[in-house]
Amino acid sequence: MSGSILVFIEQASGEPQKSGLVALEAARQIQAKWGNGSISTLCLGAGAKGAAEAMLQYGVAKALYSEEASFSQYRAIAYEAAFLKGMESVGATVGIAAATTTGKDFLPRCGVQLDAGQASDIIAVNDDGSLRRPMYAGDVLADVEITSEKKLVTVRTSAFAAAEPTATSGTSEELNGVAVGENAGEITSFEASGGDRPELTEADIVVSGGRALQSEENFEKYIFPLADALGAAVGASRAAVDSGYAPNDWQVGQTGKIVAPNLYVAVGISGAIQHLAGMKDSKTIVAINKDPEAPIYEVADFGLVADLYEAVPELTEKVKAAKAG
Amino acid sequence: MKILVPVKRVPDYEAKIRVNSEKNGIVTDGIKWIVNPFDEIAVEEAIKIRDGGGAEEVVVVGIGPEDSVTQLRYGMAMGADRGILVKHDGYVDSDLASRVLAEVYKKGEYGLIIMGKQSIDSDANQTSQLLAERLNLPQACFASKVELSDGKAIVTREVDGGLETIAVSTPCVISTDLRLNEPRYASLPGIMKAKKKPMEELTLADLGVEDSTKVRILRMNPPAERSAGRKVEDVAALLAALQNEAKVL
Repeated sequence: MSGSILVFIEQASGEPQKSGLVALEAARQIQAKWGNGSISTLCLGAGAKGAAEAMLQYGVAKALYSEEASFSQYRAIAYEAAFLKGMESVGATVGIAAATTTGKDFLPRCGVQLDAGQASDIIAVNDDGSLRRPMYAGDVLADVEITSEKKLVTVRTSAFAAAEPTATSGTSEELNGVAVGENAGEITSFEASGGDRPELTEADIVVSGGRALQSEENFEKYIFPLADALGAAVGASRAAVDSGYAPNDWQVGQTGKIVAPNLYVAVGISGAIQHLAGMKDSKTIVAINKDPEAPIYEVADFGLVADLYEAVPELTEKVKAAKAG
Repeated sequence: MKILVPVKRVPDYEAKIRVNSEKNGIVTDGIKWIVNPFDEIAVEEAIKIRDGGGAEEVVVVGIGPEDSVTQLRYGMAMGADRGILVKHDGYVDSDLASRVLAEVYKKGEYGLIIMGKQSIDSDANQTSQLLAERLNLPQACFASKVELSDGKAIVTREVDGGLETIAVSTPCVISTDLRLNEPRYASLPGIMKAKKKPMEELTLADLGVEDSTKVRILRMNPPAERSAGRKVEDVAALLAALQNEAKVL
């Protein structure tokens, strides 16, 4: 029988984040195929104890946590050390994290110490136990097998549902004795790009703007009101980010965020391959673009060929009226 | 100080990639090969550091078949000083790439590694982190700004929720994100000069690296095609479609 699975759960103020529950769902599917003994979780940073206790309702064997100061801010070397210690303490042979900028950053490092291969950004667990992951901006879906004894996996957060609570059975346990190397570095500042809108990868509706918006001011004037009327997160194409109209962490695409909301509204976005890679699994796609030949229409359920500067304010008003009525 | 910049040969990002009939690779006929765009950003950053007096030499290194020389020459045409090609015709996963690059690093006296955060073919986003761990170095991944001073790299990172700035000691591994810089085009004189710059060829055996991988691709599948929907007349029709057909409002 294979060893157990350790899942890294990101938490904020004692709340497990959705990305972690998605990773847990993937872990359950992997356990069913690979026959791993049990699933445990690890939460780090201030509030980790509360988050670990919250994880117990998901039927995990051990909910590990550490609130030590070295984990109060994310640093790859510190989180790597904690995850390796956690895997050792629960006898894990499989380590799983969501493919967020945190999971992507620290998990590969663990592979060197564990002599483990890693499947990145998986979107499915196949019947034969192989893992499906996109390559070439999603033009290829590869079924891969990790051939090393120990295995690491990062999970695309838009590809699995969040795990549902099950029976409470395990225990929470503080993770002690993690030695963090002196070269872990120091976080000197953090500039949040957020605001009050939903998180892009967790939002039910996303409104994205492209190069046709022409300026940061137009993002504020046209995209924000529509997003707020819909209760949506705001995204952007790479072209819009490159042109400085929107911050990078709004970027939807192969090299940015991968989203699959119920409704994706692409405004002034032509639909380059790398953008489609980030949103084509959305349930319903709307495109508003004045070029009737734009490739975005090849994936859009509903296309409106129109000048965005007229159509978007009109849509915003109509959505508001519909919601009010 | 010398800067090592790994450069990968990948299909053009505008190419439509198709799975071959054996389902074990992609159709390469007619594909234009380019420098992985994130690696191009890495070359640009390294050149800027050198030209600002922060380094003496920029060395580009590639792993792959003989043809990969073209991409190394492109890096040198941009301004890198010399190239190293580790010739290998077989499949390379992130683990193997990191083992090769670690040995190349140890053979020179490098003070910094700058590389792309991911290659746009395998999209794994692992090699820089693996390399950093293998060399016991700090890392600063997804960089949008890099400053070097007093044995430290001050790097702004593009992370979920904002921009984080981390100070790590050098040597370190920096992986590049899109907004770090605008890579220059290789000029004609640059291309001519690049032809005369030194190019070293090595094999896995020269580096003492075992030819093995940890992730095997069993098969490749094309994605499900999403069928195009329809065009709607006006905003009112769009709203009606969202309410009555898609039922998302």
